[in-house]
Amino acid sequence: MAEAIRTIINGQERRIEGVSPTTTMLNHLRRTERLTGTKEGCAEGDCGACTVMLIEPDEAGGLRRRAVNACIQFVPSLHGRAIETIEQLGRNGLHPLQQAMVDHHASQCGFCTPGFVMQLYSGWLTGALTDRQSVKDVIAGNLCRCTGYGPIIDAGVDLARLEPPDTAADDAVLAERLRSLRGAETFAYEGEGARWFAPASLDALADLAAAHPDAVLVAGATDVGLWVTKLHRELPVLIDVTRVPELHGWSNDDLTVTLGATVTHREARRILEDLHPDLGELMRRFAGYQIRNAGTVGGNIANGSPIGDLLPALIALGAQLQLRHGTVGRELPLEDFFIEYGRQDRAKGELVASVTVPKLRADQLFACYKISKRFDSDISAVMGAFRLTLGDDGLVREARLAFGGMAGTPQRAKAAEAALVGQPFDAAAAERAAAALRDDFTPLTDMRASAAYRLTVAGNLLRRFQMETGAAGTRTRVLDLSDVA
Amino acid sequence: MDVTRIQDRSGAGGVAPSALHERPPTHEGEIRGGVARALAHDSAAKHVSGAARYIDDEPELPGTLQVYIALSPRAHARILSADYTGVRQAPGVHAVLTAADIPGKNDYSPVFGDDPIFPTQTVEYVGQPLFAVAAETIEAARAAAKHAVFTFEDLPAAITIDEALVSADAAGEDLLDAHTMRLGDVDAALQSAEMVLEGRVEVGGQDHFYLEGQIATAVPQEDGDMLVRSSTQHPSEVQHNVAKMLGVADHSVTVEVRRMGGGFGGKESQPALFASVAALAAHVTGRPAKCRPDRDDDMVMTGKRHEMRLDYRVGFDREGRIAAADFAHVVRCGYSRDLSGAIADRAMFHADNAYALPAARIHSRRLKTNTVSNTAFRGFGGPQGMVGIERAMDRIAFATGLDPLDVRKRNFYPAAGGALTPYHMAVTDSVIEDIVGELEASCDYRVRREAVRRFNADNPVLKKGLALTPVKFGISFTTSHLNQAGALVHVYKDGSVQLNHGGTEMGQGLFTKVAQVVAEEFQIDIDHVKITSTTTAKVPNTSATAASSGSDLNGMAAQAAARAIKERLIDYACEQYHVARDQVVFQPNRVLIGNAEKRFADLVGEAYLARKSLSSTGYYATPGIHYDRESASGTPFYYFAYGAACAEVAIDTLTGEYRLLRADILHDVGRSLNPALDLGQIEGGFIQGMGWLTTEELWWDKAGRLRTHAPSTYKIPTANDRPDNLTVRLWEKGENRAPTIYRSKAVGEPPFMLAISVFSALTDAVCAAGDGKAFPDLDAPATPERVLAAVQAVRGVR
Repeated sequence: MAEAIRTIINGQERRIEGVSPTTTMLNHLRRTERLTGTKEGCAEGDCGACTVMLIEPDEAGGLRRRAVNACIQFVPSLHGRAIETIEQLGRNGLHPLQQAMVDHHASQCGFCTPGFVMQLYSGWLTGALTDRQSVKDVIAGNLCRCTGYGPIIDAGVDLARLEPPDTAADDAVLAERLRSLRGAETFAYEGEGARWFAPASLDALADLAAAHPDAVLVAGATDVGLWVTKLHRELPVLIDVTRVPELHGWSNDDLTVTLGATVTHREARRILEDLHPDLGELMRRFAGYQIRNAGTVGGNIANGSPIGDLLPALIALGAQLQLRHGTVGRELPLEDFFIEYGRQDRAKGELVASVTVPKLRADQLFACYKISKRFDSDISAVMGAFRLTLGDDGLVREARLAFGGMAGTPQRAKAAEAALVGQPFDAAAAERAAAALRDDFTPLTDMRASAAYRLTVAGNLLRRFQMETGAAGTRTRVLDLSDVA
Repeated sequence: MDVTRIQDRSGAGGVAPSALHERPPTHEGEIRGGVARALAHDSAAKHVSGAARYIDDEPELPGTLQVYIALSPRAHARILSADYTGVRQAPGVHAVLTAADIPGKNDYSPVFGDDPIFPTQTVEYVGQPLFAVAAETIEAARAAAKHAVFTFEDLPAAITIDEALVSADAAGEDLLDAHTMRLGDVDAALQSAEMVLEGRVEVGGQDHFYLEGQIATAVPQEDGDMLVRSSTQHPSEVQHNVAKMLGVADHSVTVEVRRMGGGFGGKESQPALFASVAALAAHVTGRPAKCRPDRDDDMVMTGKRHEMRLDYRVGFDREGRIAAADFAHVVRCGYSRDLSGAIADRAMFHADNAYALPAARIHSRRLKTNTVSNTAFRGFGGPQGMVGIERAMDRIAFATGLDPLDVRKRNFYPAAGGALTPYHMAVTDSVIEDIVGELEASCDYRVRREAVRRFNADNPVLKKGLALTPVKFGISFTTSHLNQAGALVHVYKDGSVQLNHGGTEMGQGLFTKVAQVVAEEFQIDIDHVKITSTTTAKVPNTSATAASSGSDLNGMAAQAAARAIKERLIDYACEQYHVARDQVVFQPNRVLIGNAEKRFADLVGEAYLARKSLSSTGYYATPGIHYDRESASGTPFYYFAYGAACAEVAIDTLTGEYRLLRADILHDVGRSLNPALDLGQIEGGFIQGMGWLTTEELWWDKAGRLRTHAPSTYKIPTANDRPDNLTVRLWEKGENRAPTIYRSKAVGEPPFMLAISVFSALTDAVCAAGDGKAFPDLDAPATPERVLAAVQAVRGVR
């Protein structure tokens, strides 16, 4: 039943057989296709030198394009999809973006350059380049050590002024081709003794997961990819959940939004920023653009990182998690899913299906803050997310204060919450809540921050929240300051 | 002869027909790509299209083996036993490489012989190479290495500077001898000074984070020779180390590099390890071999910028004029000497930065730690040294209540000369007063100082800081004999030119600049000049492309080579056409001979037929530099490069988060060889320097393991860390007083230190968070955590 990986690389149809399913796209491109314009800078999705454009059929008969880090994507995920690499762009002379890069002197050593070009090009084609800030956000997951970025940003701004070509007709043809390569049923691949399944429906996925309880479920591979490239683990069975349409949807009613497990972080940003601007800002700074293009909300939850930027925010909002095991579904509060470091309330063979997030009400205050060494593409040292529900008397009726980076799992600060309930949310209450955090948390010291810093900042975030929601109108965020003219 | 007519830029002036040329020469007004043109990097089109080849992109020869280097898990331990049986039996393995396999010397150090390729008795840092495996694939090699069985006996390890001080004092010996520079009577001057203050600033190291990691390939040749491709700034040293390791003469090893994906000093002495291991694998197996560590191994295994502790004591008057400065540097060198002596020296050479110190003492200790051996990094110790005096300036301003810029200006080296550095060199080319004056005006420093004051009065949580800091950086290798370079220029009989020199291309645009020099010399369009890979087979005994010296040295050498060929062409023309030497004039793509002219290519073709040599080496040695260690005095620098930057930041006193809101840079590159490339060096250096002083934190755990060994944990600046309002200008009045190549100035390193303005502005903002009674001892890197700690300190919060 093993099939070949059917894909299109730079317009050429390819069958890939025999290689391990955990072969990375990057190694395949460089070693087998000899497409060496795509570089390895870090093999963990943090530098962008390996950026390629992934192309797949969308639900509307067209194509979805997105830039991804080839270094942590697995080759079987190319099945029924196409990629374009730097070699494809400008094969008939330099593309206007490439020319702009030359004209602005945007390359020095040149090693990061193909990644920047593919990132900007993909961003442009997908309408993500609107203004200078959007250019910077699009390339914040690409590292350049030589230029200081100015000339690259300038080239991106030039590109943003150009209208992307209308590719609808060609897209429809390619989409149809890719659909026929993909097939309608579960894709099953085997290579070097390891197996890869890509089911096409939720039922098929649930069955496979139950039948292979030790299988690794993989969506964006933004974490699982590193198990291979960094931890050098062997993964005998993988199940790709990204072809399951039921997991990729989202829905919206008056009170809640529900995100399917494979909604990517980039898609989630658009949905969540409508709930509160802080959520949009959080997702803007969540990893780099390529990671947001691949990584999923469900993956973020299932991995149970002690930090997991999004998790404290969802916990503060009172999110409910839906799981599925075979034909059986269940639901639990998201915070209860995280049992201890590295352990979640997920049985073998059980999968994260969706998460339902209550919308904020008029009687609720909310804020979330990500504190990291670097603003972009960094893991937070402390992540704080707070929702207060106020009574008619103006007193706090319910407090949900969730933190990441303070314990082995994302956690609520119960003592601090108790310090707020029944009180007006004033400076004194914030002080008491901040002091109570010492009863809630004993954080660790590591390379991201010391325990002392984490505790201090966690308390200060409560103070900041109070200042921002209070009457004084104190300015509290350096990111809100505009550049000095 | 009507020269004027022939030089007519309109190209319409009638040219006297001559039997000399077969076709009429073209009449451009000037050549394409001469010096001073803002020419794009020679590889720009290849960079943006992915066509530029790096070593890992070269097609592999059949049978190429991949080499994995296994790393020490211990910071300091005796190796009691090592068993490689399981490694040898693992699938795909062709060879296990240990010290016993090395036919020559087991060392890859640049100078001191203390960097074993594979240790035999003890390991001295976590990440030290232990042994290597050559296998069919890198995955097989890595997997096989896990089967090695070692037993260790742990020994005491010094990881931090404090631990290193204890162990050095106990042993009565530092890694390298301490060095002291003295000017005047410091103790007396401090005693009589109106005010004296002292303090300490700790400055962290920095990983180079070149995007292309270390890599080398080796292909065995006949007679035991070895062809090595190495991503290196120093091919000659790689050549020598590989030869030394193989036990063969230098002439048996050829090292080549077309380009690096970044170097920054990290590919000066470090590549010798990877080249030696690849060559050893090739020697043992007879097959081509490639050694490319992944990012994590690279970061754990290779040296970094030196962490330093700087203690300062300054005496000054109420006007902020310094009477004396006393510095004590403690340098964390890592486990071996590498280049640490020269780096620590350069920190001392820049302890004065742009300030004339009437009396000064600089003492430097170089300590051993059980961490990776720190190495060259852009600035080579200079940046660390400068941070000390700039911190002192801020602190003097705080103590006197003066604006920090006024304190700085009152202490500058005067343009008129007359002042000596702490190493007794007369500073005769100071332009720092001019540059700072211009920048102060163009960036509205005084107006913005007021605006910052108002902002801080209005905002309890966010605070702004402003700083304008100067840079004076000494140009030359302070090891004087390194200041030499060679070039090799061929002119082919069709008039095309091939250029080779000892410099290496790491992105800085050196190849472009040197090609511009050659094009200018011959007066031919730059597309006629072919740039070729650096190879030890063409130019021998080269120095590293380092110390910002690339264009100064190689530009001069290439000019000398081109000039030698040009002289022969002139000789030929004089003989053949019976004209005086001054009647042979090279004009754009043509040569005027008497009142006739011909295409450059035609003259070359004729010279060939007349049996003239059209190939030449060129050589250059910087004149007049020396440094005497005994007396700690001399003229180690040919000249100084100057610049200044003004930075404005905002900090959040609740979290320590901060942002650079604006930066203005004015920098002196003399007469620029290529303004576009120079601007790129300045902006890139500034942002890289900002990373060093802000978010780039190297963090070792107590066991000596570096835990920030990949971009997930080690944070260099991103596009969003660069303010939109960043202006970089070349100083228009710039001109090198020293006769350098076209009076240009070196630009590789100096701009890095412009970023001290950001660090100083952060300090200023932290000051504003306090009540004016305490000055913040903000250390670098000023992570949000350190900024918050400094805020708490000035507010008296514990």
